[in-house]
Order: sequence, then structure tokens, then C-alpha cells
Amino acid sequence: MSAVTPEDVVDSASIAAASTKRKSLWLLALRNPSVIVGGTILLIMLAIAILAPYLGTVSPTRIDPAARNKKPDTEITFRLDDGTTAKRVAIFGTDSLGRDVYSRVIYGTRVSLAVGIAVSLIAVAIGTMIGLISGYIRWLDGIIMRFMDGLMAIPGILLAIALVSIWRAGLITVIFAIVVPDVPRVVRLVRSIVLTVREEPYVEGAVSVGTPTWVLMIRHILPNTIAPLIVQGTFIAAAAILTEAALSFLGIGIPPEIPSWGNIMAEGRTLFRVFPHNIFYPGIFLAFTVLAINIMGDGLRDTLDPKMSKKV
Amino acid sequence: MADKKPVLEVRNLSVALPKGADRAHAVEKVSFTVNPGEIVCLVGESGSGKSVIAFTVMGLLAKALKPVSGEILLEGENVLAADETRLRELRCTRMSMIFQEPMTALNPVMTCGEQIDEVLRTHTQLDGGARRAKILGILTRVKLPEPERIYASYPHQLSGGQRQRIMIAMALVLDPVLLIADEPTTALDVTTQAEILKLIAELQETEGTGVLFITHDFGVVAEIAHRVAVLRWGELAEMGPTEQILSRPTHSYTKMLISSVPSIRPVHRGVRLAADTVLRTEKLGKTYSAKSFFQKSRVVKAAVDVDLDIRKGETLGIVGESGSGKSTVARCIARLIDPSEGKVFLGDTEIATMSAGKLRPHRRRVQIVFQDPYRSMNPRITIGESIIEGPMNFGLKRDEALARAKKLMETVRLDPNSLDRYPHQFSGGQRQRICIARALAMEPELLIADEAVSALDVSVQKQVLELLDEIRQRLNLAVLFITHDLRVAAQICDYVAVMSKGRVVEYGSAEQVFGSPRDDYTKALFAAAPGRNWEFGKFATA
Repeated sequence: MSAVTPEDVVDSASIAAASTKRKSLWLLALRNPSVIVGGTILLIMLAIAILAPYLGTVSPTRIDPAARNKKPDTEITFRLDDGTTAKRVAIFGTDSLGRDVYSRVIYGTRVSLAVGIAVSLIAVAIGTMIGLISGYIRWLDGIIMRFMDGLMAIPGILLAIALVSIWRAGLITVIFAIVVPDVPRVVRLVRSIVLTVREEPYVEGAVSVGTPTWVLMIRHILPNTIAPLIVQGTFIAAAAILTEAALSFLGIGIPPEIPSWGNIMAEGRTLFRVFPHNIFYPGIFLAFTVLAINIMGDGLRDTLDPKMSKKV
Repeated sequence: MADKKPVLEVRNLSVALPKGADRAHAVEKVSFTVNPGEIVCLVGESGSGKSVIAFTVMGLLAKALKPVSGEILLEGENVLAADETRLRELRCTRMSMIFQEPMTALNPVMTCGEQIDEVLRTHTQLDGGARRAKILGILTRVKLPEPERIYASYPHQLSGGQRQRIMIAMALVLDPVLLIADEPTTALDVTTQAEILKLIAELQETEGTGVLFITHDFGVVAEIAHRVAVLRWGELAEMGPTEQILSRPTHSYTKMLISSVPSIRPVHRGVRLAADTVLRTEKLGKTYSAKSFFQKSRVVKAAVDVDLDIRKGETLGIVGESGSGKSTVARCIARLIDPSEGKVFLGDTEIATMSAGKLRPHRRRVQIVFQDPYRSMNPRITIGESIIEGPMNFGLKRDEALARAKKLMETVRLDPNSLDRYPHQFSGGQRQRICIARALAMEPELLIADEAVSALDVSVQKQVLELLDEIRQRLNLAVLFITHDLRVAAQICDYVAVMSKGRVVEYGSAEQVFGSPRDDYTKALFAAAPGRNWEFGKFATA
């Protein structure tokens, strides 16, 4: 064999081309129109949640009996704590206790996003851990998966209702109640990836060089789950926001003193025919947020899932 | 070849690749003809553009690829200018194609008869009875037993060879003038391959069909082709009658390619060395049983009573067709799967029944190189990290491990400074070298190569084989070489074990097994090897 054959020469051009190819997956995701649109709406929502006190809001829990059930764009006069009066236009109207719907909806963004983000992070973290164990340690698989099957057999919202009724209603309880039924979905996803990846020659190669099991899982198997988990995570977040709204609407979620989109709608339900704004504005915010997350999730799936990105 | 008017004439064809590809054209200025009753082989290594040509002729090219110049004349009609309706009429009636993988090319939820029937219903006005008669006729012609039963069978009920016959029947049922065969035997075992090749040759002779046969295997070329076109990077390197191309090639690339084909005659490698036994198996067996809660468990014996031994500096080959159990044996020895019975002695240590914890220190002693160079390394970590992972597991310090990795990169003839690159930045052959380096980093006593060169092009395969042999000599390593390719086995093995249905049917020195096989199965295997009568690379001095 000659010293250097064409096969041995790694030319720098092809290396440069190849390395850009790998990195660009994430850049590509950021250039996907769905990701841009969904992401932008979400960023705006996040900004609204953080900057809620500075967006011309008043206290969302402030009751004003004199200004009950005002339609949007009504000018209301209200008395400040120091005795003086001030005028402001309630652009979203007021509810039956005279609370400003605009302020309530804006503050409600905090609850919804907090629930969405927290639920998806916690569910993914717990699910990944259980899924890795279930997929790699075969004798535990049957036990874990039958338990997960059992969890999945109970309708998510029913399970959440049961859990909330056991503990006191509150943000933490709601998050926990939504996380529990979501975990099996993540476990199934992670387990299926582990089951395919563990057969890959490079994993067997690592086994044959004596790599300990936990290193094997973290170094060689876990990274394969990240892209699908990001996609799954966005959908979990969207569903969690909806579930929280539903629970609050049913009166078993966030306690009524904390404004959340579901609460506002629940309170506006009785007078819906006369004052639709109580349900309309929180509904719009809810729909847009969930839509934005779903659009972004679709875009991420299209770019990150190799099956979808194969289209030439 | 009574009618000299060609059925297919490709003139000056160029097909552009999308921007950002490694070259501008997948196919560049290629011209050739296929005459009636003639088999023309398109030969080339992966990426040479041979399949692109086939798909262009059929009008099945992916949208990203565009024919930019030239014309393709099918009986004088330019296929490139034809619209989708006309192309659909031409497919099956005038030209047909068979593919590499007969399982995926057939619809799994339709019976084979219905699938052929669909072709007839689309393209002819025949009534049900006539169609059925025609289908049974073609099934008989492709020599399928019990045509009635085959008609009603689903693809999964048939063997790979039978499925490929169904594909051929479907392609030929309307008597097309041109048959395009895209690596139709690559996924098949060597004995099945021989039957399919024979069938194609017979059919084209009786029907006078022109065949465009795409392959990478010069053995197949020698067996079947009338004329050969050698492709390289999308360009036609050389074209001529088979005998001329194989014995008097003019292009240097053709010469290199043909001389890379390993000879089926084993090289004389001297007498058995009086060295230590590195590996010995005793009645090694692996039984798979699919336990099910509701059904009776199914038992598959993947390996039965396998007795092997390998000494230092020796290469033992395990040869067999798919499903013969050769990989199972390798994986049992490497303890990637647990053997169900028998013993595996590594030196004096019995490892077959050792617990995972006790086994760990012995893992170092057996290393394995896998078939698929694209999947044998973690794509997310650098090759350096991959190589030093093993030694560091056994307590070597990072910088020492890195120094060892650098040395090994030189051993496998790669740039030692490329340790911080990722696997995708290397070609298939380079990756296989890296895998060898990773295995060697553990300083093993036994190296298992599980079809380690099967996925490589023939010229790269030659280099990797030479490298393996050189390393074996230099390090006095014992090598267990698993392959389905008799030619490769003949070149690299001192001893050969032929496996069939989980059992070793013949075991002896390479010269003895290849020279005077005793077992019937071994004899059949050798008789089926394509191009066995041809000594590749012995060029006539012109």
C-alpha cells in the first residue's frame, strides 16, 4: 500500500462543508417560518407576563363596586387610596365585581406561562429518567411500563381533578396534577428511542470497551432523545396551558384570588350573553398562546425530526 | 441480436446535482446503448451515478436532480421529453425496473398475484380470467413453484429469492423491450443470487429483452454481462465487451477497480504456528426463545455446538449466508449477547457464564469492529473521545490515552491531528480505520471483524483488508473474521469455518476448504460464487 492514497486525504473543504451541515440543524430550525412566527408570539407573551405591572395595569384583584359590568372602552372613575379620584378607560371592560378585565388578563399570562413551562420541564425531566431506566434495564421495563399504562388509562383531566381534590388548590398542586398524566407519554417516547439506539453498533462498541452503564446512558443514549423531547415538550406545554384553563374554569384549579385565564372565563360565564368580553379576551389570549406553541412545535418537528427533513 | 436498432440509446446525458453537493453533476456527458437481447452492465463504486442513470431512464428521478442536457431514446422516442402520462404508459409496457430490496418494493398488504394483476389492469383491457391466466403463465416462466399458491401468497410468506422472482415477473409480464435491474441481487445470498442471475440471463435470451444491469460486483459482471460500462464520478470511464474490459482494460481506474477484486483462490499462508491459543469455544450455542404471555414460546437455535479455536497471529474466518449464525457466534464471544450453552475460553479464563461485573476486566481482551462504518461511532462525540473512551474506562490517564490514540491513528494511516473531528467528516473507509484504531486502543488479544469490509467499495475494501492483515502480523493478534464474501475470506483467512443453519459444517485451513471442500453445502456455496472462473486483475499485456 502506498503511503498516502486518495482515501487517506481529508481535504479541508469537505470538512468545512460537513461541519456546517451539522451545526445548521439548529440554525435551520431558527429559520423555519413556523418557528419564527410561533416563537415571536411566545416571546411577546413572555414579555407581557414579565412586564405586567408596567403595561398600564391596575391591581387585578382590586374590587370596585361602582364600576361593575362595564363594557369595553368605558371610562370609569375610581377612588385611589389617598382619597383622590382618577379616571381611566377600561379597554377590556370590567367584570361583575368591578375588577379590570385588561389587568386580569395581562396578569393571567403569568399563571398560564408558568404552568406551561413548569409542566413541560418537570414532565420531560421525570419522564426521561424513567424512560432511560425502562428502556435500558430490561427486567424493570415490564414493571415500569405496566404502571405507566395504568396511569395512561385514567383520563388526564380526571386524574388532575382527583389530585387537586386530595390536596389544597394552588399553583403547585395544579402543576403537579398536570405533570402526572403527562409523564407516561414522555416515558414511552424516551423508551422507544432508547430501544432503537441501544442496538446501534456504537453503543455495543462502547459496551465492549467496558463503559459503565450510567456513562453509556448519559453519553451515548441520552443525546439522541433531546431533539424529539424538545418537540414533545412544546406540545406538553400547550396542552398544560389548556388543562390549567379547564381546571380553573371548573373551579378546581388556581384559587379565585389569583387571576388566570380559566378563572376569568369561569367568572364571566354566568353573564356571558350580556357581557361577552369577560370570556372573549382571556379566550383570545389563550387561543393565541396555544396556537403559537403548537405552530412552533410543528416547525421544530419538521426541522429536527430526520424523517421529516429528508424531503429534498 | 438480429435487430441492430438499439432499444435504449443514452446520448450525452448530464444530470445536475443540487447546489452544495460535492460535485456539479451526478452524471456527466454519458452515452451508451443497449441492444435487443443484450445485457449491459453499469459498474461503479458508490456515488458513481449508476442508479441516477437508471432512474432518469425510468423518469423516476428525485425532484432535486435535473437532467440538463442530452437525450434518452427508448426505441427512438425521447423519454426526457415525454410528459407524465406518456411516461406512465411506457413504464411496464416498454420498460420495467427491478430494485435491490424485494421486500420493500412489494406491497406487504396485497397478495403477489394482485400486485401483478394491478399492472395488467392499468395497462391492458384483458378480462379477469385472461389476466389470471397470464399471471400464472409469467409465474411459471420465472420458475416459481406452485404458481397458484404463490398467486395467493403475501410477500412476507415468500423467501427473498422468491420475492425477487415476483418482481421480475411483474416487470416482464407485459413483455417490455427494456429491463432495468438496479443491484437486484445485492441483498440476496450468494446461492440465491446465482439462481436469479441465471433466470435473468435465460429470460432475456428467450424474450430478446435488452437489460441494463446495475451492479458494483465484478463477479456478477463476469457472470452475466455482454458489455460493460464503467462509471466514475458520473463520467463514463470505459465501455466495451465484457471480456475486453475484464482482461484488457485501458483506463487506469478500471484497472485499479478490477485488480482490487479479491481472488477466490486462497493465498498460501504457511503451516500452523505453534503459538498460544487465544480463544477456544466448546459446544457454544445460542437459543432465542420469544416468550409470550398468551402463546406458546417460539424457539430459534441461532448457533448450535460451535467449536472453534484461534491462536496468536492467526486469522480464523467464519463464512456463511445470512441467518447462518456467524454474527451470533461473534457476539457471543464478545459477550454482547449471553450464550445459552457451551463455553468460551479466553486464554484460560472461561467467560461464557461470567457475571457482568466479573466480566468487565476481561472486556478489554476481545474487541470488535462492526459492519456499518456510519453507525459504529457515536456521531455526537469526536473520534478522539471515541478512541480514548475504552482505555480511560480502564484507568488510563487522559493525556496518556490521547498519546496512544495519536499513535494508533498513524498505525491506521490517518492524520493524528484529526482526533478532534467528528465521524461524519470522514469517508466510510476512514471511519472503518478509526473503528480499528478504537479496538486496538484496548490492546486486545482477539480482534473480531464482523463483516467489517462488507459495506465498503471494492478499492477501499482492499486497503482496509491490507491494513487488518498488516496489524495482525505486527501485533501478533488473533483475528476472528466474519464474512459472507468468499473472495475476502480467501484472501485474509488462515483457517475457515463454514456455517449453515447455526452449525459449523466445515472447518479447516483456508487452502483445504477452498481447494477441496468436502461438505455439500460448502460445495454449493463455492459453485454459486459469481465470476469464480475469472481471475480478476491478471491483465493481458497489451
